[in-house]
Amino acid sequence: MADVARLEVKKTYKLFIGGDFPRSESGRTYLAQGQNMARGSRKDLRDAVRVARSAQSKWAALTAYNRGQILYRIAEMMEARRVEFAELCSGEAEVERSIDRWVWYAGWADKLAQVLGSANPVSGPYFNFTIPEPTGVVGILAPDQPALEGLISRLAPAIVGGNAAVVVASEEAPLAAIELAEVFATSDVPGGVVNIVTGRRAELAPWLAAHMDVNALDVSGLDGEAAELERAAADNVKRIVRGQLDGQSAWEIAPFLELKTVWHPIGW
Amino acid sequence: MAKAPALPVGFELPLEPRIPRIGSVDQVGLEERSATLAKRSIKREAKVWALDLAVRMMDLTTLEGSDTPGKVAALASKGIRPDPADASVPSVAAICVYPNLVATAAERVRGTSVKVASVATAFPSGQTPLALKVAEVHEAIELGADEIDMVIDRGAFLAGRYAKVYDEVVRVKEACGDVHLKVILETGELGTYDNVRRASLLAMAAGADFIKTSTGKLPSAATLPVTLVMLEAIRDVYEETGRMVGMKPAGGIRTAKQAVQYLVQLHETLGPEWLTPDLYRLGASSLLNDVLMQLRKEKTGRYQSPDYFTVD
Amino acid sequence: MTELEKKRSAAPVPSEWTYAPAPEARDIVSLEERYGLFVGGEFVEPRSGEYFPTIDPSNEEPLAEVAQAGPEDVSAAVASAREAFENGWSGLAPAERAKYLFRIARILQERSREFAVLESLNGGKPIRESRDVDLPLAAAHFFYYAGWADKLEYAFPNRRPRPLGVAGQIIPWNFPLLMLAWKIAPALAAGNTVVLKPAETTPLSALLFCDVLRQAELPHGVVNLVTGDGRTGAELVKHEGVDKIAFTGSTEVGKAIQRELAGTGRRLTLELGGKAANIVFDDAPLDQAIEGIVNGIYFNQGHVCCAGSRLFVQESIYEPVVSKLKRRLQTLRVGDPLDKNTDVGAINSKQQLTKIEELVAAGEAEGAEIYQPPCRLPERGYWFAPTVFTNVAQSYRIAQEEIFGPVLSVLTFRTPDEAVEKANNTPYGLSAGVWTDKGSRILAMASRLRAGVIWANTFNRFDPSSPFGGYKESGFGREGGLHGLEPYLDFDGKADSFGG
Repeated sequence: MADVARLEVKKTYKLFIGGDFPRSESGRTYLAQGQNMARGSRKDLRDAVRVARSAQSKWAALTAYNRGQILYRIAEMMEARRVEFAELCSGEAEVERSIDRWVWYAGWADKLAQVLGSANPVSGPYFNFTIPEPTGVVGILAPDQPALEGLISRLAPAIVGGNAAVVVASEEAPLAAIELAEVFATSDVPGGVVNIVTGRRAELAPWLAAHMDVNALDVSGLDGEAAELERAAADNVKRIVRGQLDGQSAWEIAPFLELKTVWHPIGW
Repeated sequence: MAKAPALPVGFELPLEPRIPRIGSVDQVGLEERSATLAKRSIKREAKVWALDLAVRMMDLTTLEGSDTPGKVAALASKGIRPDPADASVPSVAAICVYPNLVATAAERVRGTSVKVASVATAFPSGQTPLALKVAEVHEAIELGADEIDMVIDRGAFLAGRYAKVYDEVVRVKEACGDVHLKVILETGELGTYDNVRRASLLAMAAGADFIKTSTGKLPSAATLPVTLVMLEAIRDVYEETGRMVGMKPAGGIRTAKQAVQYLVQLHETLGPEWLTPDLYRLGASSLLNDVLMQLRKEKTGRYQSPDYFTVD
Repeated sequence: MTELEKKRSAAPVPSEWTYAPAPEARDIVSLEERYGLFVGGEFVEPRSGEYFPTIDPSNEEPLAEVAQAGPEDVSAAVASAREAFENGWSGLAPAERAKYLFRIARILQERSREFAVLESLNGGKPIRESRDVDLPLAAAHFFYYAGWADKLEYAFPNRRPRPLGVAGQIIPWNFPLLMLAWKIAPALAAGNTVVLKPAETTPLSALLFCDVLRQAELPHGVVNLVTGDGRTGAELVKHEGVDKIAFTGSTEVGKAIQRELAGTGRRLTLELGGKAANIVFDDAPLDQAIEGIVNGIYFNQGHVCCAGSRLFVQESIYEPVVSKLKRRLQTLRVGDPLDKNTDVGAINSKQQLTKIEELVAAGEAEGAEIYQPPCRLPERGYWFAPTVFTNVAQSYRIAQEEIFGPVLSVLTFRTPDEAVEKANNTPYGLSAGVWTDKGSRILAMASRLRAGVIWANTFNRFDPSSPFGGYKESGFGREGGLHGLEPYLDFDGKADSFGG
């Protein structure tokens, strides 16, 4: 008997919804990066949005400190998978930037209110303050490049303030997103806070853009084909967000937040 | 008990002069105090003492549409002798059933220290005319109930019709005579701790011998903070009038650990005088076996399995 | 309405339910016999050659010997901090600085129980507090400031923040590890290096903390620890190689430090004593107000600068408040700090106990009425029963001077204006409490009270994001929050006058 190299147990690539890894309800797949990827359907998206909505209120109700710790834990899990991630994007340097970027955003959770909020000196015997709050469920159309850093740069600012996200992964380079899903599944982030649907963007994006229970749509990952999506998004006045794929700023977080101002009289 | 003067229709009774300061409850402060009390570490002899007391304070309960004489008879036997393998485990305080099962329960517990408590007044909703509710109380006592657990009219309470709520309790207490009356507030429906305090004071003003948290029919039942509010109201009535009203948390108490936490809260809020089944009951069903398992663990040093304790 | 008391059943009424002892296991802590100073990333022997014992105040048992750092030792530590600042720390990318601080936070969380036990052992505070308050807050403080290290430009718009250099930090004995966190975290986040002097009676958790620094692989010399008594602190304050002093402690020493630094241009922040007013209106949620009063003065045995030591009760509810308070005091458990059921632990030192006894005697002599619940105090160790004085006049020493012990003075007021006037009538201004159901009144009181921290319907709440510090003789500068970074930064190359 000749020496046979050990056979690998190959991974099955599924969707990431509600903290679980279901197959597409449509049963379809497509080929990307040499693998059979789940080809998500509008119903998968619908399920993801429902789960995100339900998870979002609990995520937002955690203390900011708690959210920051969970995000830091995600970075710990990413660090443990450096080698795997490096093979799925441009290399180690991109992985290190991505992890550091995630840590940078994690540190914002308990500082947003101080930087973006205010106590306002209104004329009159009133105490008046403004606080930022999450907008709710954020739809993200992931960029194709950079495969890991690009997604990180949109996802971290979206969720640090208490939003839940439904991501349509890059159609041509989805593996980094699935690896990231595995990181989420092994960290302490509650199921449903991040959901990742792989599939054909042209098929999925319009459904996400038109969904009446999605509060914001991040189109940073597209070059130019956004007009129709933005039109559909107007039906429930979604916030359209276009931001950096390879940088970081507190102003990347702000578009995913609402500002609430409260008045109360001052008197005996 | 003095009767209030007749008032014009629609004029609700001002309760402030008749009972201690109603006041409000700060949710955050209350829940913190409750959580700190729950951190008490009760071990060894202190724990065994508490678990034994918990059994003696238990109102072993079955309140299902599907209750039959067979089911109730078995429960009563369990209540009289909870642990067949250990005669030192005391009997429970009472068996709590629907009026139709009172006779069976009474038959079974005759000659023992175990009482029969009957729910009445259109339990659990209370949404029935008063006359029928009072009639039900008479009937249950006729059938052999030693204690009555009534429900307040939450609809009236939430609509602000406090005089109606008050009046019903007064009438039911009249119907009870010497039979001891527990008034169920159904705290899970009241919405705020402020309302729980108000309802507690109102029930005590109207003559309740015990105030009780819940029917056990709603998902939200007794919690430590809600019970603490009620204990504080009982304390205020005691300080003001000398009257000692009892407390019964019911529903949601499943583990021995929780039972001990309830007793610690009682001990540190009302003092050792209240540590008796005459003034405190635990409304439960599955709690009993968990307490038995803990008692046996303390005695043998081993964690137990449910296989060794009878289901009923 | 009166009713006859209920009929009792034949079952005997228990006279008392005694909780069995529930001690936290002490063996999680392993102590050295003797500790050196932590300089340049390692433990070294003091050049002074001097050591002194540190004890467990609950039984006077010696725990270890620690070094008395002399002038040469302090200089060596400052030199080490300067070296680390210049060759490495200040040049390190802020994101990397952040990651060191995140590591420290995470390690502290993992070793939380060990530190909590040590804190109670060396300081006398109940394990329940060190476990549930001190340790979580200390770790949180590092975690919070870690996130600022690489975001300073957001904290100070239109300014260019730079670290100051070497910070000298002197901390008290009431929250040893937490005060260490309050000092080191923002200093390091801002890019400074540190020489820290823990209090004379509570050095052990700081010494153990040096092991966390080792596990976090913090570059040598970024944090240096010099143990010793007041002389060591004085050396640190005098030292010209230190760019900034941060002090938490008594007002008396704070003033001495301010005098010492006068004219030197060296930066200073002070967090000193207090004599906080805790004000209860007649519409307060009463039972929760009682908890707040108790927490305000008996938490940590009253060894709290922001303790609510003057209770102002609106006259219309004086009776119920005082009777509920006395009743509540009877359920306070005074005893072994390592027992999980202990509410009030040991007084930190003989010196502090003597001071408390002296002031309490003065209170009685001046005519106030004293109440103490019956408690069995242990024979050995330093103990004082929770105490309430009623019939107190504003002018009595117990209403003016900081006692720093479990002693409450109760005074009354009639109107909100009167409450504010009396509350503000003190040279101190660290904190205040307001208890009322009315929102507008909370805000009106908050706007009029001259105190750096105002708690409404709560007391003794701390958070790394919430700035803490005093008005008037309670000190200047803030710790916590965005504002807590300011004292550790230089802006545009000029010394800044805000906060010192």
